[in-house]
Amino acid sequence: MTLIGFVRKNAFRNKRRSILTLLSISFSLLLLTVMMTVWRAFYMSEGSAESAQRLIVRHKVSLGQFLPISYREKIRSIAGVKQVVNESWFGGIYIDDKPKNFFAQFGTDPNEVFEVYTDFHIPADQLEAWKKDRAGCVVDAELAKTHGWKIGDRIPIKGTIFPVNLDLTLRGIFTAPLATQTLYFNNTYIDEGFPRIKGLVGFFSVLADSPQAVPQIAKDIDATFHSSDRPTKSESEKAFNLDFIAMMGNVKAFILSICAAVVFATLLVSANTMAMSIRERTREVALLKTLGFTRGTVLGLFMSEAVTLAAVGGLVGAVGASAIVFVLAHSPQMGLFFAGVKPNLATIVVAVLVGATVGLVSSFVPAYNASRGNIVEGLRHIG
Amino acid sequence: MAVPIQYNIRNLKLRKSATVMTALGIALTVTTAIFIMALLAGLNAAFKGSGDPLNVLVLRKGATAELSAGGVDRDSLPIMKELPGVARDAQGQPLVSGEDLLVVVLPRNDGTGETNVTVRFLTPTGIAMRPEVKLVAGRWFTPGQHEIVVSKSIHSRFAQANIGESIWIGKGPWNVVGIFDTGGSAHDSEIWGDVNQLSSDFDRPTFNSVLIRATDPVSADALKNRVNDDQRLKLNGMLETEYWAKQTNSGNPIKFVGTLVAIIMGIGSCFAAMNTMYAAVAYRSREIATLRVIGFSRPSIVTSFVFESVLLSLLGAVVGIVLMLPFNGMTTGTNNPVTFSEAVFSLRMTPSVVISAVVFAVVMGLFGGIAPAWHAARREILVALRD
Repeated sequence: MTLIGFVRKNAFRNKRRSILTLLSISFSLLLLTVMMTVWRAFYMSEGSAESAQRLIVRHKVSLGQFLPISYREKIRSIAGVKQVVNESWFGGIYIDDKPKNFFAQFGTDPNEVFEVYTDFHIPADQLEAWKKDRAGCVVDAELAKTHGWKIGDRIPIKGTIFPVNLDLTLRGIFTAPLATQTLYFNNTYIDEGFPRIKGLVGFFSVLADSPQAVPQIAKDIDATFHSSDRPTKSESEKAFNLDFIAMMGNVKAFILSICAAVVFATLLVSANTMAMSIRERTREVALLKTLGFTRGTVLGLFMSEAVTLAAVGGLVGAVGASAIVFVLAHSPQMGLFFAGVKPNLATIVVAVLVGATVGLVSSFVPAYNASRGNIVEGLRHIG
Repeated sequence: MAVPIQYNIRNLKLRKSATVMTALGIALTVTTAIFIMALLAGLNAAFKGSGDPLNVLVLRKGATAELSAGGVDRDSLPIMKELPGVARDAQGQPLVSGEDLLVVVLPRNDGTGETNVTVRFLTPTGIAMRPEVKLVAGRWFTPGQHEIVVSKSIHSRFAQANIGESIWIGKGPWNVVGIFDTGGSAHDSEIWGDVNQLSSDFDRPTFNSVLIRATDPVSADALKNRVNDDQRLKLNGMLETEYWAKQTNSGNPIKFVGTLVAIIMGIGSCFAAMNTMYAAVAYRSREIATLRVIGFSRPSIVTSFVFESVLLSLLGAVVGIVLMLPFNGMTTGTNNPVTFSEAVFSLRMTPSVVISAVVFAVVMGLFGGIAPAWHAARREILVALRD
């Protein structure tokens, strides 16, 4: 029998224990993988090429404060700006305020919104139909699927931020690289229903010439409105999204502390199992050594056993996590929060490596003790 | 006849390293669960404990939050002052407060960036209508001055929020002259200033909200209905307590993610406990057979081992609770999606949080213990004795 075969046989000789350990480790590493995936999506991914080319211009104080529509043409005249479109967060209620009926609604300009969001695609005839109908709207394909909407359906939305109730007709369905859970309607609907807000919009989305131009454009825009009574804050789409996440609280610390707790718990589980399993085999170890296996080989045998178990646990957990992430990203409740989160190979590899490292570290002490044990005493051991 | 508890305790002591490691694993899970529950308890306390049952909050019809666009016309204030059931202060003035809200951006003092903070503009009458709010340092703002008073948690979380410094609001700097404490209500995330000074700075046609104090709880209800039905007003009145209780859903994302994390970690720990108990059972199979020979019944052996597992997880729960104690009362903030500004709250290990944590641990112990205990009781005596 080869040494590898020996390790494999031993790792699963007590099937129940191995499976329990495996499950325990895989559940912990599942959590770790979910957290790492979220982390990666929030803080490490660059977003799509088109997204890197976009900026968001909002009121310096908050999204809750409005900007005059007249800013639009001033922004357009800034060097490097290709397209600008206004958007207003409507925040209305569809049917009721249950989370499953929550989605984003923006009042915007149908003539230009898809020229800024160049990575969103809508059939030309549907776009034309929307432009012609002032009470029309377009929705994300995923959102249409969730609610079973078809072109021509009526979508009533009750206003909360604005004292306007929208009675919209679905004119088009667009697709986006990531599910956006968004409905766009013509902003003049708000203006007409609530004249006091006329001429004010929520924020502007700007398409730049190139991703490199984005920082300079942001500076130029903010400088233009610096001394007005409605100063702006411009940032890349990615930074804007991160701001949004940061408002949830200290997400970074939250994720990190959970990861730490999980890794430490896995370490304990694995160490405990290896200690139990090695204690059971004291006599066997002595026998191995009598047969001429060196201490180093015995140490290596036990440690690779633990590494195998923990790495398999990591793999199972990581694959399970990918499934969970996939479901979360497509569930309407968490859609907005998880929209950019995707399972990816790198995180799975990291999870398996973490598992293997945990196995290595946790088995060292019990395996070392076993390899150093006295042969004669070991043979006498009754366990 | 039941197996003595002492038997289980001694067994746990005998297998020290396994006991400690399993208990620590459970402790970590319990810690995570407590952390999440304490966060939610703090958030609930901040919102649910807010508001006075005698106060009626008035918003524009259809608005769900004070910061909604379009508010209460300033002209409607005199009408509300004359409604029956409105309480009056010692000078005979009706207790009705028209209030405005603004959001400002302040840098956090731990260097993690900037956050939105709500500034509420009101009159001294408005302050008097919230008796739970106490001044702890400095003085209240003087009407007609650019002065503000900050809450204790704003003071501790933000640079610039010290007495003597100033914060830029709208068109100019407002000086910080005092610090107030609300005992953990929603106003804990706010800065207060003079509403009349604000209206002379900005030409605001409306109040964001109006607060009316009723003479007694019955008239509070009547007042609420009167505001809703008054055709001149076209406004929406609600009890202040109801309004704040509704705002708790800003904790929903934390709740969702937190529950998910706790459940997954709980399942993992369950398997770990099961593992330890299976080892304990295997190790003692001859002992268990002896117990059976002496006359202990199968049910009492099952009970005994389940009990041992629960004991193990209780140990973990205690360690977990102790580990979390230093974090009790720690303040943190989350974004209120309605106002786009920060809601400050503190971690609260309330008795119910601690009890839930213990129950959580016991459930883990039960699930981890039942299968091994069953296994222990089912073994053939003779086979086990020969082992």
